[in-house]
Amino acid sequence: MSDNITKGKMIKPENLVYTKSRVMTDNVTSYCPGCGHGTAHRIIAEVIEEMDIQSEIIGVAPVGCSVLMYDFLDLDIQQAAHGRAPAVATAIKRLMPEKFVFTYQDDGDLAAIGTAETIHACNRGENIMIVFINNGIYGMTGGQMAPTTLEGMKSSTSPYGRDVATMGNPLKMTDIVATLPGTYYVTRQSVQKPANVRKTKKAIRKALEYQKLNRGTCFIEIVSNCPSGWKMTPVESNKWMEDTMFPYYPLGDFKVPEED
Amino acid sequence: MERELRLMKGNEAIAEAAIRAGADGYFGYPITPQSEVLEYLTMEKPHERTGMIILQAESEVAAINMVYGGAACGKKVMTSSSSPGISLKQEGITYIAGAELPCLIVNVVRGGPGLGTIQPAQSDYFQATKGGGHGDYKLIVLAPASVQEMADFVELAFDLAFKYRNPAMILSDGAIGQMMEKVWLKPQKERSREFPEWATTGKTPDRERNIITSLNLDPNKQEDFNHKLQAKYREIEKNEVLYEEFQCDDAEYLFVAYGTSARVCQKAIELAREEGIKVGLLRPITLFPFPTVIISRLADQVKGILTVEMSAGQMVEDVRLAVNGKIPVEHWGRMGGIVPTPEEAVENLKSKIIGG
Repeated sequence: MSDNITKGKMIKPENLVYTKSRVMTDNVTSYCPGCGHGTAHRIIAEVIEEMDIQSEIIGVAPVGCSVLMYDFLDLDIQQAAHGRAPAVATAIKRLMPEKFVFTYQDDGDLAAIGTAETIHACNRGENIMIVFINNGIYGMTGGQMAPTTLEGMKSSTSPYGRDVATMGNPLKMTDIVATLPGTYYVTRQSVQKPANVRKTKKAIRKALEYQKLNRGTCFIEIVSNCPSGWKMTPVESNKWMEDTMFPYYPLGDFKVPEED
Repeated sequence: MERELRLMKGNEAIAEAAIRAGADGYFGYPITPQSEVLEYLTMEKPHERTGMIILQAESEVAAINMVYGGAACGKKVMTSSSSPGISLKQEGITYIAGAELPCLIVNVVRGGPGLGTIQPAQSDYFQATKGGGHGDYKLIVLAPASVQEMADFVELAFDLAFKYRNPAMILSDGAIGQMMEKVWLKPQKERSREFPEWATTGKTPDRERNIITSLNLDPNKQEDFNHKLQAKYREIEKNEVLYEEFQCDDAEYLFVAYGTSARVCQKAIELAREEGIKVGLLRPITLFPFPTVIISRLADQVKGILTVEMSAGQMVEDVRLAVNGKIPVEHWGRMGGIVPTPEEAVENLKSKIIGG
C-alpha cells in the first residue's frame, strides 16, 4: 500500500463494512497475534454499545492475560485479586442492583485459585455475567499448566505432558456450575470463526438481557487458543483447539432458560 | 432513630453502630470471638432499617474481596473477623491499600499463632500496624478500650478511611468484643447518596472511565505511587494521632498500654499509688499513627516505662523507637489468651523498672 493513501481517504461510507466499537479504547491490546482475547473483548464492547449501557455497567478484570482489560474497554472497571472477581462482582451488584456487572476471567483465575468464589457466586445466583476464557494454560506467567490443561498436553510445568494420575484431571467448570440452582444460563462457545463469534456475541447479549430481568448468574465459557503458550501459529492453534480441545470441552448450551 | 443508652456486647455495639453510621454493606464470615457482629446484623435486618446490605460470604477471603468491590463503588463497607480470619484477609487488605480504597476492617483479636485459642490477646499488633500483607502500606488502626469506643470508633474509622482513601482497622480483642457495658448509641445517620468522583459506578460520557487497580507494570510509576502512599501516611501521622493520658502529670513511671491492657493498667495505677509509687498511663488510641511525640515527651519526665501487652511484646518496639534510648523501656505481658492482672502489672513495674 502506498504511503500517500491515508486512512481517511480509504474509509468511505460505501465501502465501510466494519468499525471499531466506541466502547473499545484506542489503545493497542497487549494480546499476542491470533489470541482470542481481543475478539472476546470486541464482542463484549459491541453488545454494550448496542444495548446502550456503557454508563450502567461495571466490569471486573482478573489476574491473567486480561488483567489489563481496563486499558482496552472504555468502561468503569475494577481489577480484582487473582480468582476473586466473582466475590468482587457480588458486592458491586448487591450494592448497586440497578447496574450491570460482569467478570472476565481466565482459566487459572476462575477454575483454580478462584474455584470457591466462582462456585459460591453461581450457587447464590448472583445476578452477574461471568465470561470465562478457557485456553488450557497460564498465558501471562509464561505457559504453565492450568486446571483446564488437557491430559498429555505439554506446558512449562507439565513438560512431559499432563499426567492425570499425579497432576489431576482437566476441570470442566462449566459442567459444574450448570448443576447449581443459582445459574440461569450456562453455555460454552468459541471465537475462532465468524459463525462462532456471532454465536458468542448472541450469548453475551442474552446474558445481559437476563441480568436486566434479575434472573441469576449467567456463565459463558469461551474455549480459546494460546498461540504463544501452545507454541503454534495462530492458524495451527485454532486447528488444534478444534481437533483437541473441542472433543473434551464440547461447544453448546448447558442450561437454557425456559423462556427461550 | 434517636441517641440511645443500651447494655450491649462490644461486638453488638460495632454492628449497631455500623447501621447507625450509615454503612452501605457488611460482608463477613463466622469466627469466635466476633460472630455476634454478623449474628446481630442478620437479626436486625438493616436492609429494612437503612438499606444496608449484609452478606455471609463463603470465606474470609471472599468477604474482604466483597469489601474491595463495594469500596471501589464508593460505598461505605466493612468486614469483621478474628485473628485467623484476618490472616486470610491479608491479600484483600493489601489490594485495598494498593487501590487506595476506604473501608473498615474489625479484628476482635484472639490468641495465636495458628488456630491458637478463642480467648483475648493483643498478638496481632505487628500484623495490624506494620503491614500484614505484602508491600509497603499502612492501615489506620484504632484500639478501643471499652464497648463505648467499639461503637464510637466505627464512624471515626469510616471518616478517616474516606478522608484519606485508606483502609481503617478497629483492633479490638476477645474481651472487649464479648463483654457487656452500657453504651450511648448515636442517632441514625442517613446513608450517603453521593459517590466519590473516583468510584466505579458506570462510565458516563462526561468523564473518563474510572479504573480501580493496584497494578503498575512500569516500576517508575509504581515507585511514584509508593511515594504518594508514603506522603499520605506522613500526613496521617501529622494529623490523626489519638491517645489518652491517665495520671501522667506527676508520674515518675509510666505504663504504655492499649485496649484491655490499658484498663488493667488503670487499676494497677490505683494499687501502685496506694503504695506511694507515682505511675501514670499513656494509652495509644491510634496504633497507626502511633503517639510517638507524646511518648518521647513523657520520656523526659519519667524514669522508666513498662508496656503491658497481651503478647510477647510487640508495641514495645514502637515505644522504644519513640523513647530512643533516653530511659529504660521494658515489656511485660501475658500470652495465649490470658488477661494480665493489675497485681501482676504492679509487681512487674517494680521488678523490671523501679528495681532495675
